[in-house]
Amino acid sequence: MSAAPAKRTTYREAVREAIREALLRDPRVFMMGEDVGRYGGAYAVSKGLLAEFGPERMRDTPLSESAFVGAGIGAALGGARPIVEIMTVNFSLLALDQIVNNAATLRHMSGGQLSVPLVIRMATGAGRQLAAQHAHSLEGWFAHVPGLRIVVPATLADARGMLWTALEDPDPVLMFEHQTLYNMEGELAEDAGPVDIDRAAVRRPGGDVTLITYGATLYTTLAAAETLAAERIESEVIDLRTLRPLDMETIFASVRKTRRVVVIDEGWRSGSLSAEILARVAESAFYDLDAPVARVCSAEVPIPYPKHLEDAALPQAPAIVEAVRALMPASVSR
Amino acid sequence: MIAFHMPTLGADMEAGTLVEWLKKPGDVVARGDIIAVVDTEKGAIEIEVFDAGVIDRLLIAPGQKTPVGTILAMIRAPGEPPGVAPEPVAGAPPAVAARARISPAARKAAGQLGVDLDAVEGRGPGGSITVADVERAVSGRRTVLSASDRLAATRAAVGAAMARSKRDVPHVYLSNTVDLTPALTWLRAENARRAVTERLLPAVLFIKAVGRACADVPGVNGFWTDKGFAAGSGVHVGCAIALRGGGLVAPALHDVNTKSLDVIGREFADLVARARAGALRSSEMSDPTITVTNLGELGVESVYAIIYPPQVAIVGIGRIVDRPWVVEGRIEPRSVVTVSVSADHRAVDGRGAGAFLTAVERWLQEPAAL
Repeated sequence: MSAAPAKRTTYREAVREAIREALLRDPRVFMMGEDVGRYGGAYAVSKGLLAEFGPERMRDTPLSESAFVGAGIGAALGGARPIVEIMTVNFSLLALDQIVNNAATLRHMSGGQLSVPLVIRMATGAGRQLAAQHAHSLEGWFAHVPGLRIVVPATLADARGMLWTALEDPDPVLMFEHQTLYNMEGELAEDAGPVDIDRAAVRRPGGDVTLITYGATLYTTLAAAETLAAERIESEVIDLRTLRPLDMETIFASVRKTRRVVVIDEGWRSGSLSAEILARVAESAFYDLDAPVARVCSAEVPIPYPKHLEDAALPQAPAIVEAVRALMPASVSR
Repeated sequence: MIAFHMPTLGADMEAGTLVEWLKKPGDVVARGDIIAVVDTEKGAIEIEVFDAGVIDRLLIAPGQKTPVGTILAMIRAPGEPPGVAPEPVAGAPPAVAARARISPAARKAAGQLGVDLDAVEGRGPGGSITVADVERAVSGRRTVLSASDRLAATRAAVGAAMARSKRDVPHVYLSNTVDLTPALTWLRAENARRAVTERLLPAVLFIKAVGRACADVPGVNGFWTDKGFAAGSGVHVGCAIALRGGGLVAPALHDVNTKSLDVIGREFADLVARARAGALRSSEMSDPTITVTNLGELGVESVYAIIYPPQVAIVGIGRIVDRPWVVEGRIEPRSVVTVSVSADHRAVDGRGAGAFLTAVERWLQEPAAL
């Protein structure tokens, strides 16, 4: 923990500060996307930056994800450090060809001659009644693709610190910001700055069960851990932070200690990141397991619009508590 | 081939934990031999075999909690060749269960620590064996209950049986104040010519009198079953014995009506000692046909006890007190005791219970004939 004085801020302001710092520090950095300039961004992240940095560095684009992501790749190839904002992960599917076929492959296909130092930011996740075309959690799909780095800031410090490190990366980095987190308030050190984008973080230590999550479900999971602690079940909560490459060392170290593991993922379970994590646990930590691996994921439906159905579709704390209880001996008395 | 099953050692027993085998394959056993020790809520019980033969195979490993009725061992009848497959017994649970659930970590730990997983009781989710179970096994403690756990389990078992009895069994209560002076006079004279260790307790007179009365009025001696009353195959009097540290058991003295007071006295002393040491035998636990509870030594004047199902009667004995008593028109000081009987009205009505109580009184007036 930093000893510097802390200020009250929001996740949204922390992301804006990160963008602002990048624009100030490096003249090669510019940002573009739909409504990022005059409107200030669909989630108001870039409000005020057009006035401060001008239209050369805060560029509004046409409504064509394929075109402006492709332009970002070209700019990166040409030596710029673009930050491309896609409004939501559902819309990023229109740019899938650019991301998967170009950004992720060019270093390999050019034998290392080309580099795509691009950062693509986008909102992800459900919880604000934006329905099935604006609320899915598809970051796990991108984590499937070699050549991409996938980061998910869940805390103010990561929202503030991951962008600069991502811009320093010579290869494309996709950053997923959960849409329910933008209004999250908290304390952030005045001197908060760049953070690593390699390691998972233990957000709560515990010895009985490992709960692996990322993004907004970190807070659902921490709430569940609090409930479980009242039953003398101590959860170790791991915030993955980076979905590709996965920091399996942190996961294995925890599972070897707790011998029980639950993955909490807002993505669907079929063919998912949660499946990948648990497969690796089964491959490499099988003999450390004292109970079957378990998951709490979103229901396998397009995210519903009505509030009660949206809530029912998403991983909630009671379901996490139930999943953990099912792994524990009938009476927890050690 | 004879299948030897986990016996029921009380109406509420569902399972027992095999503590140890006292016989091994190849050993010759006779009817009544103790072949194993089983742990129940009521303590470690020595299990007897009811058939003669040779132990062919032991099917359950020590430490395993096993439902009543499970085949524990196969016994070859005399002359039977070894190695015959066990005959399937209709209705009995299979001796070999599906593959046990053992966590990978528990398997690894068991391998490293040299623990036989067959002997480990799984307390993990779904009865699975976890690392904690292996560690408990290796800590050297058998899966026998601790003293405090056992006391709690005993309380729970007694409580369940009593609650069920009060709920299901229509009790009829009768009592009689019995003049015990002739019996005590006879007992004093009898004990005066005996060595100290051979002396008889009044309790022995009560037990024998109850046994004799059961033979006179067999309708109180037996069990209430789905098909109605089933008379006991003998007169086996359960004796309620308080255990040190709490709880009670009521093991049987067998064939009381045909045994002498001396034999009953010796067996009663032995039974009390073994009950308190936790070394009762399965038959003693499972087959009382009637029970006697004696609270006189606590100073209680009378007791109306709850029947222990499936028995149909229980006799309550109070304190022997000196009272003014009318004898042949004159008031005399006499030693008297209140004897009660609680009877299951489904099996026996007030008239039958009354006849039984009168028979107990009559026998107590004729101690020499006991």
